[in-house]
Amino acid sequence: MSLLEIRDLRLALGGRNLVDGVDITVGKGEVVGLAGESGSGKTLTALTALGFVPSGATATGEVVFDGRDVLTLRGRDLRALRGDRVAVVFQDPMTALHPMLTIERQLTEHQRVHRSLSRSQARERAIELLDRVRIPDPHLAIKSYPHRFSGGMRQRIAIASALACEPELLIADEVTTALDVTVQAGILRLLDSLRTELDMAMLFITHDLAVMNVTTDRLYVMRAGRVVESGRTRDVLADPQHEYTRSLVDALPDTEVTA
Amino acid sequence: MKPLEVEDAVVEYRVPGRARVRAVAGVSLDVAAGEVLGLVGESGCGKSSLGRAIVGLNPLDSGRILIDGRPLAPLGRRARPVADRAVQMVFQDPYSSLNPRRRVGRQIRDAITGGNGSARVGELLESVGLPASSASRFPHQFSGGQRQRIAIARALASEPRVIVADEPVSALDASTRLHVAGLLSETATSRGVALLMISHDLSGLRVIAHRIAVMYFGRIVELGPTDAVWSDPRHPYTRTLIGAIPRLGRDAQMPAEPGRRETVAVSDEDARLVECAPGHFVAAEALVAS
Repeated sequence: MSLLEIRDLRLALGGRNLVDGVDITVGKGEVVGLAGESGSGKTLTALTALGFVPSGATATGEVVFDGRDVLTLRGRDLRALRGDRVAVVFQDPMTALHPMLTIERQLTEHQRVHRSLSRSQARERAIELLDRVRIPDPHLAIKSYPHRFSGGMRQRIAIASALACEPELLIADEVTTALDVTVQAGILRLLDSLRTELDMAMLFITHDLAVMNVTTDRLYVMRAGRVVESGRTRDVLADPQHEYTRSLVDALPDTEVTA
Repeated sequence: MKPLEVEDAVVEYRVPGRARVRAVAGVSLDVAAGEVLGLVGESGCGKSSLGRAIVGLNPLDSGRILIDGRPLAPLGRRARPVADRAVQMVFQDPYSSLNPRRRVGRQIRDAITGGNGSARVGELLESVGLPASSASRFPHQFSGGQRQRIAIARALASEPRVIVADEPVSALDASTRLHVAGLLSETATSRGVALLMISHDLSGLRVIAHRIAVMYFGRIVELGPTDAVWSDPRHPYTRTLIGAIPRLGRDAQMPAEPGRRETVAVSDEDARLVECAPGHFVAAEALVAS
């Protein structure tokens, strides 16, 4: 059985269908990509896995995570899901971290809530997590505030925070778009190794198809709220069948590796 | 004499109580009429400081910027001399570089000297692929890519000799980047403008630039024809940059993670650029190392 199964999802807001009949599955430990231009509905679709629906919008269809429809969950059940079993890392690490709280606070709060850890246990684990995402001197880093770190380091901290409760599904929304290529390479490698270590599934959102090509197993290409093409990532990108996918691939500078 | 010549430019930032930061540590380069020079490097390498110094937004601490052989006066309180309009800039974010409360046509017209402004505005908009009627609309009525075209039209309006474009397409969708970058380089080339295109994305620059300059910790470490730099990089840092680019294709590997960046003091002797092939220069340190 799939870990996440989105069936015929529709999100309507003000008479417009922002997401218009989308079917997506993510298996256990699988990395699935959502590609498409801004406004195609990829982030909206992915965030329904956390039960997030924009205010005023109506959602129909099913978003089944581990056998339960997330769209029907309320209050306590949703809180038990968010940050614990499904976690998210956003594009902009400058705004994802709270500027006035120490790293320790931001890495321990959800562990204490979800995992009922004591303060010192949670701190111990936070230090371990920072070490795992390769933040130098985690003992000192934990006492600092986000502004002391570079963009790439902040994104690592945001990833550490998302991983704290060992989620089964990580939603990565344009996590490297704001970063330099060299920093991006580090983050992509980090996510790749964490995924193997933790057997964690990922829903990887990006409009950069070259990044998609090296990180994901399967992908869905979205346009105007619909999936226009899906399949094994390397097959789809090497030989796109839909003209829209082809136009996206053709719009990239040619960096193809020919063996 | 080339439209843009930079001689040994140095830009330093001073923060009271701390050591001064040398953002640009002696850079020399030139761009010919109709040529596109791509300046690539990571955040913090000094590429934007250099770009801003060229258009006069940052003062130089030493060295010279020559536009058509004439030194440029840094931007001051007074109105800019008419001759200095020969250098224009296109900024990264078309959402903040256009005034949201003024019609597009008025903003472009500001930069046009003499009469017959509205006809010129129409021509300029058409040259970047927008209908002349766009002039009466406001910036929010356009998409990101269209706004960046408007910014390009505005930069062209004063008939510049030099355009500095600082990450002009990195705020746009991947699918429109190449298109807008191509438009910018084509319009610049066809008008004989010298274009300095600053970007952190070497794979994007490769498609439009004639030559590439690689900047690292305030210095140019490699400079040469685009194909030579891409397919035969001589400086280890250039190789690192190229290795970190994610690729398309069935056999693409996970990009290589570079080692930690460290500030290294480099002697003037090692920083000197040496010609390793016709027109292809690399910092002397790379030749010693390899």
